[in-house]
Amino acid sequence: MSATLQTQSSQAVGPVFDRGEEIGFVTLMLAGMLCGVPVLAVREVVTNSKIVRVPLAPAEIAGNINLRGRIVTAIDTRSRLGLDQAPAAAERVALVAEANGALYALLIDQVLEVLSLPADQIEELPVNFGAAWRTYSKGVHRLADRLMIVLDLQALLSFQP
Amino acid sequence: MDDLLADFLTECSENLAELDLAVVRLERTPNDQPTLSLIFRLVHTIKGTCGFLGLPRLEKVAHASETVLDKFRNGALSVSVSGIGIILSALDRIRLIIDGISATGAEPVGDDSALIAVLEALAEGRQPEGMPQGAIPQPEPTLALTSAALPREEPAPSESSAASVPAAAADHPIEAAPTRGQTIRVSVDVLETLMTLVSELVLTRNQFLQQLRQSGNAELTGPVQRLSHLTTELQEGVMKTRMQPIGNVWNMLPRQVRDLAHDLNKRVDLVMLGADTELDRQVLELIKDPLTHMIRNSADHGLEGPEERQRAGKNPTGTITLSARHEGGHVVIEIEDDGRGIDVRRVAEKAVARGLATQEQIARMSDSEIHGFIFQPGFSTAAAVTSVSGRGVGMDVVKTNIEQIGGLIELHSTAGRGSRFVIKIPLTLAIVSALIVGAAGERFAIPQSSVIEVVLPNAESATRIETIDGASVLRLREHLLPLIRLRTLLRLPETGDEASTEMVAVIGIGTTRLGLIVDGVFDTEEIVVKPVATVLRNIPLFGGNTILEDGAVIMILDPTGIARHAGLDAARKDTATTPQEDDVQTEKSDMLLVRAGSGAPKALPLFLISRLETFTASRIEQAGGRTVAQYRSHLMPVVALDELSDLSRLSTNADPDKSYPVLVFENGGQPVGILVDEIIDVVSTDSTLQPGTASAGILGVSVIAGKATDVVDVGFWLNKACGTWFRTATATNRKPRLLVVDDSSFFRQLVAPSLAAAGYDVTVTESAEEALALRDTGQCFEAIVSDIEMPGLGGLGFARAVRDGGPWADLPMVALTGSDVVHEARSAGFTDTIRKFERDTLLLSLEQCLSHRIAA
Repeated sequence: MSATLQTQSSQAVGPVFDRGEEIGFVTLMLAGMLCGVPVLAVREVVTNSKIVRVPLAPAEIAGNINLRGRIVTAIDTRSRLGLDQAPAAAERVALVAEANGALYALLIDQVLEVLSLPADQIEELPVNFGAAWRTYSKGVHRLADRLMIVLDLQALLSFQP
Repeated sequence: MDDLLADFLTECSENLAELDLAVVRLERTPNDQPTLSLIFRLVHTIKGTCGFLGLPRLEKVAHASETVLDKFRNGALSVSVSGIGIILSALDRIRLIIDGISATGAEPVGDDSALIAVLEALAEGRQPEGMPQGAIPQPEPTLALTSAALPREEPAPSESSAASVPAAAADHPIEAAPTRGQTIRVSVDVLETLMTLVSELVLTRNQFLQQLRQSGNAELTGPVQRLSHLTTELQEGVMKTRMQPIGNVWNMLPRQVRDLAHDLNKRVDLVMLGADTELDRQVLELIKDPLTHMIRNSADHGLEGPEERQRAGKNPTGTITLSARHEGGHVVIEIEDDGRGIDVRRVAEKAVARGLATQEQIARMSDSEIHGFIFQPGFSTAAAVTSVSGRGVGMDVVKTNIEQIGGLIELHSTAGRGSRFVIKIPLTLAIVSALIVGAAGERFAIPQSSVIEVVLPNAESATRIETIDGASVLRLREHLLPLIRLRTLLRLPETGDEASTEMVAVIGIGTTRLGLIVDGVFDTEEIVVKPVATVLRNIPLFGGNTILEDGAVIMILDPTGIARHAGLDAARKDTATTPQEDDVQTEKSDMLLVRAGSGAPKALPLFLISRLETFTASRIEQAGGRTVAQYRSHLMPVVALDELSDLSRLSTNADPDKSYPVLVFENGGQPVGILVDEIIDVVSTDSTLQPGTASAGILGVSVIAGKATDVVDVGFWLNKACGTWFRTATATNRKPRLLVVDDSSFFRQLVAPSLAAAGYDVTVTESAEEALALRDTGQCFEAIVSDIEMPGLGGLGFARAVRDGGPWADLPMVALTGSDVVHEARSAGFTDTIRKFERDTLLLSLEQCLSHRIAA
């Protein structure tokens, strides 16, 4: 799988903020759901990296990844959100993001495209979403054909000691 | 030019730049406490360092400025525009002198008395004479000019300086130029990036070599080999830029201590251990100042003058011991002095006086909590403010600097005996040599420094793994080594290749030894320890992680964490298998169950036994009317733990190849063996003992593992085996007298003989009250060993009563306890705390206590 991000609208290339009104999102699939994270928060997308499990670590920690000489903690995003485990054979893609001065790799199922969406059109999460979604997302965007959940990277990557 | 001086100049220039900014900031917000503290510390650092380097002119100016700043800081003086102007001109003067030093290598000649007078006047709260409000002292305009260029002219109205300085500068034109170019400061980030890049380069090189080997392209071999060498060298070079032995920082200390001792009229010996311990450059840089401060503090406040030391019966020369070592993923630096220690009462008084705590709070605090006050900003117990230290800037700076790098600082102090500061710094980027081991198909690194050996257990030989009650042990050269399976410890899944060769890595943590069963041992590698991610930091078994040469990320095991984990597990297991009764006073002890002769199984406290051996009957011989066995170049007396057994017949009648277990006890190198028929088990039991059978050699009966068991009076049998048992150790010198206080008869009967065996003259009492009665009758002892949990006064009350005064007030007291009350015990006055049944530790502790006293 290619690690490049395809862009849909021309504004998403380069500066993602369009006069402060639009935010670029990397869209991704997670257990069949469409989610998005702000493109500026994503350092890079890595595929096929070897994840070394860390014994005794909490379930949300998938392991460590060697990212060009840096050790990056891989987060099992499905487990963090309380979703079912991915099928063992499934290929995992990782979004590398920084939080609290450390790098993390968020494991996701598939990375799609970059969308530029108006910042003021984010809506509250529908009430029937579970507690985990409530904690780790900032809201939803109504796209033409479906909903996109905006993940809260800071919350996803903050762990209580 | 001296390296020290060059370092100092570089540092000063940086400090001055920071100072300028800070002073300007202060002008805008005159009462900003952090800014005031920052300015004060920076000036303090300059002053402190130049004292050692023999720069009196600079020191005077800095000292005068510091006095003013100190008053600003504690609010005695309010910060005014004129005050700031004066400080700025003082800073300019400092800069001028520093420029002079860097140009000529020596302080420029000049007269600062006018400036100092102004500073002193300001410090005393007077309006400087002849100076209008807000004016800046005379030399200032000239200063600003000259400081930009070489000091062509001295600003102070001194004729001689004007001539001498340019002359001096002209004499060393070549020397002056390169002084600033010899070292450059590189941001740590740059080094870090280089480090990462080099690691990547090494990996790429390895892959390249691998492919070349497979393709066998001969043309490339030469260039690739060169590339490989260069890569290795580059890697080493980059590594080197980060790592430095701590000795580099220590080098300046002996001189400083010497000068200090001279100034203070004291005799000080500085002992430095572990100077080759490598530290990350950045860490080293950050601990440099704290270390200097602490050494000065130790010499200034800690150590007494020679007369006072002599009066206290100490060697007139005080000793400061500085040591560094790697320990469990940390670098531990200790600064110990044998001086007067910290006077808790004075610290407490001062804390109250400064409003840091109320009397009531102090009353509830332990000594170590009170010691904590000395880390508060502006806290100093030195009666006089000297130029050496004593403004109370030191310890809070020390603490701040150490905590900045994620370190810890602890203080242990005993009044009259000295203080010990323990600094623990995380080993952020230190390079360690590590043993790479495998478990369940994954690899882990163990710091080589804690690996003692690797053993291949063999079911056929003596080194075989045995499992007793679910716990594995290895018989390794007569020692029983507790084993932990790494796979189980880390809860790794079973991979099905259990048949693979298991190996035991013997690791040592302090005096503790334990064996780690691994599935394989790969290699030793130099690894760069990287701190684990914050999320994983609460897993105590890992000290870091690293990337191996092949690019794999692996975890580094922390031996200390493993030992602690294993210890916890054992404790939990005890309570799980033997349900506790209502009796809260029960204390657990490990007993060795053996069978000897007919009748009930017999139990011996495990902690008394040095080793378990197996002897064939033929090795047990008769000599001089006694039964002995040759054992480690000794003739070891052997006795059977059975009245009826006649050992003399053993060597003649029995099958010479039949083996007997022998429990070996040791007294000052002299072994004594007790022969039994069979070793049954090791059990943990509580200490209820009913005096039962009247037979000699048996203390009584106890229910152990559901069975009535005879508890053996070890002392009796040892005496039987070897009549001189209790005398050998002490034949040459007088026995130290020891008081043992314990309410449990079981313990008294166990501890007393074992201490007697080690050569002490033991007196036993059942309660604290009884012990105090002995004191009142004028009995004297060298040391006290006391239980903590006792009815009545209890151990803690007893310690307080002893420490309260009277002839025993200074005696070393060792607490025996079953629970974790180290803190309380210390604050009550115990010198040391030992877990019950740790015979060796107890003996060691007593030995230390007593040797201290003899030395003192």
